Amino acid sequence: MREISFADAIIEALAEEMRRDERVFIMGEDVGRFGMIYIDRPQLWKEFGDERIRDAPISENAIVGFALGAAIMGMRPVAEIMFCDLMTLAMDQIVNQAAKIRYMFGGEIKVPLVIRTSLGGLRSAAAQHSQHLEAWFTHVPGLKVVAPSMPSDAKGLLKNAIRDDNPVIFLEHQQLMYTKGNVMDGEDLIPFGMADIKREGKDLTVVSYSLMVHKVLKAAVELEKQGIQIEVIDLRTLSPLDKKTILKSMEKTGRLLIVHQACTTGGFGAEIAAMAAKEGFDLLDSPIHRLGALDVPVPFSPVLENYVIPNERRIIEEVLSIMAQ
Amino acid sequence: MESDLELKRKLYRTMLLIRRFEEKLIELKAQLAIPGLLHLYIGEEAVATGVCAAIRQDDYITSTHRGHGHCIAKGGDPSRMMAELYGRSAGYCHGRGGSMHIADFNLGILGANGIVSAGMPIAGGAALSIKMRGMDQVVVCFFGDGGANQGVFHESLNMSALWKLPVIYVCENNQYAISVAQSRSASIQDLYLRKDAYGMHGCKVDGNDVMAVYEAAQEAVDLARRGEGPSLLECKTYRWRGHYEGEGDRMYTYRTKREMEEWNKKCPIERFRRKLLREGLLGKEELANIELDIQGEIEHALQFAEDSPFPDTKDVFAGLYVQ
Repeated sequence: MREISFADAIIEALAEEMRRDERVFIMGEDVGRFGMIYIDRPQLWKEFGDERIRDAPISENAIVGFALGAAIMGMRPVAEIMFCDLMTLAMDQIVNQAAKIRYMFGGEIKVPLVIRTSLGGLRSAAAQHSQHLEAWFTHVPGLKVVAPSMPSDAKGLLKNAIRDDNPVIFLEHQQLMYTKGNVMDGEDLIPFGMADIKREGKDLTVVSYSLMVHKVLKAAVELEKQGIQIEVIDLRTLSPLDKKTILKSMEKTGRLLIVHQACTTGGFGAEIAAMAAKEGFDLLDSPIHRLGALDVPVPFSPVLENYVIPNERRIIEEVLSIMAQ
Repeated sequence: MESDLELKRKLYRTMLLIRRFEEKLIELKAQLAIPGLLHLYIGEEAVATGVCAAIRQDDYITSTHRGHGHCIAKGGDPSRMMAELYGRSAGYCHGRGGSMHIADFNLGILGANGIVSAGMPIAGGAALSIKMRGMDQVVVCFFGDGGANQGVFHESLNMSALWKLPVIYVCENNQYAISVAQSRSASIQDLYLRKDAYGMHGCKVDGNDVMAVYEAAQEAVDLARRGEGPSLLECKTYRWRGHYEGEGDRMYTYRTKREMEEWNKKCPIERFRRKLLREGLLGKEELANIELDIQGEIEHALQFAEDSPFPDTKDVFAGLYVQ
């Protein structure tokens, strides 16, 4: 066991996979000398050079398209799109091409493509650098969607993503880069579709992912003092979704809250709520709640931004309101 | 090495096969025998034929929504194509793709595409993988004059030229992007001139002259194979049919009968046929035999498609993910 940061976990996963398999290469904006803008680690470029750590022009659609073209030819590219907001510029290649090329052409070709991108917010980056668009990707059959919260999850899931023969959208929260945690020495692959219970509790189930898991865990400590034990489920992968772990927890608690940083309306919380209402209706003692950002572009001023994005206080309030029902 | 006679015979046969295959589709579409959208390549056969004759079997192509010609020219099986058009399980994509989405990865056909220009970065990425693996194959990317105005055209040509990738971007300038004439879409008439903006090779060629296309493509392929980077080859040609089959009289809202008749006189197949007869390479009898042979192939394709069952709905998720 070693304690490393989230950013180092990402770098370790990439480096190990690149050493293991020469077909793995990285392509994106400022991934080389600059060491990836929010990861800030140039060691991959120092080890693997320009050919395999490939700085691309500012051409998001072509970055994904080139990576896709290389993937169907047997390479295992990891494309990086600097911000989730910029995924909008590559939506044709992600949605119409990468997600469909296997099925549409008869289910023969493999698409071993990873698209890493970063989730923002809480740093006054404003409306075009703070979005969480994961629900757009979970809506598209053919993609897998991953959003880890801890360094060990990030490492194990990214390694698994690179070895997967399907296109994977891998979401890394910028605010998690310095978060430290223990990782195992040696191989520790984490399969997709397995949620992780980050804290056990008997009163209410909170389902979350990415940065919000940390906020929920902090809220859990506070709630415990008030005599409420919440169970915290970290989804880790949104698609495929681990329904079983959610339903099993609901069996114990009878109450469900979903917390994500994305806007509430049409967010992934709606999908979990619909699934839980249908498949776990008899388990519920109170209505399902979801807590997401207010339905407004993320504003610049810290006062406004902190008001819009869920925080511990609001999570606690939401839990208390469900418990009061 | 193929003799001149073998090459020309092959070029003629391929063009005629594309033409007859699609003429059959016109008939089938009118009878409502095949579902979905149909974009025909009639009049443009010399482009796919000339270009694909200049590449090897282990080279690659990406194709477009108007892709039957590319597929046939790269060696695609008309029977499996026809079955796909019928939405049958023996089709290339087991009925998941249809006319706009035919691929044969074993033949290097990396897929037709329903999104204009979307094959451009995919072709570039395929070329990147060839270069990274140290292979000597090339990739041909077919696209249209309409596609040349997409943003990803710029992104892809820039990246391919920057990294000196073995890819040939073949612009099939058929004069119309659905209904909008090329002269109403861009301020320049020769789209190949854009090559200079990216620092790449390129030229324009009479896209209705199969030998001219073949020779221009050969030059571009040689450059790519030698590691000298990509080319932009513009083939001037003409779309005889509507944008989609069934456009009917709507096509006269944007072009005249007279213009169409002028281009019909430049039919790439008829021109080549006259040339072959003039050169004495192939006689009338031999040309008639080719015609007969192709008729048989199309009858067989039709029978193959009609004999194939529809896909089973229980398999609808098959192939979505690699398990």
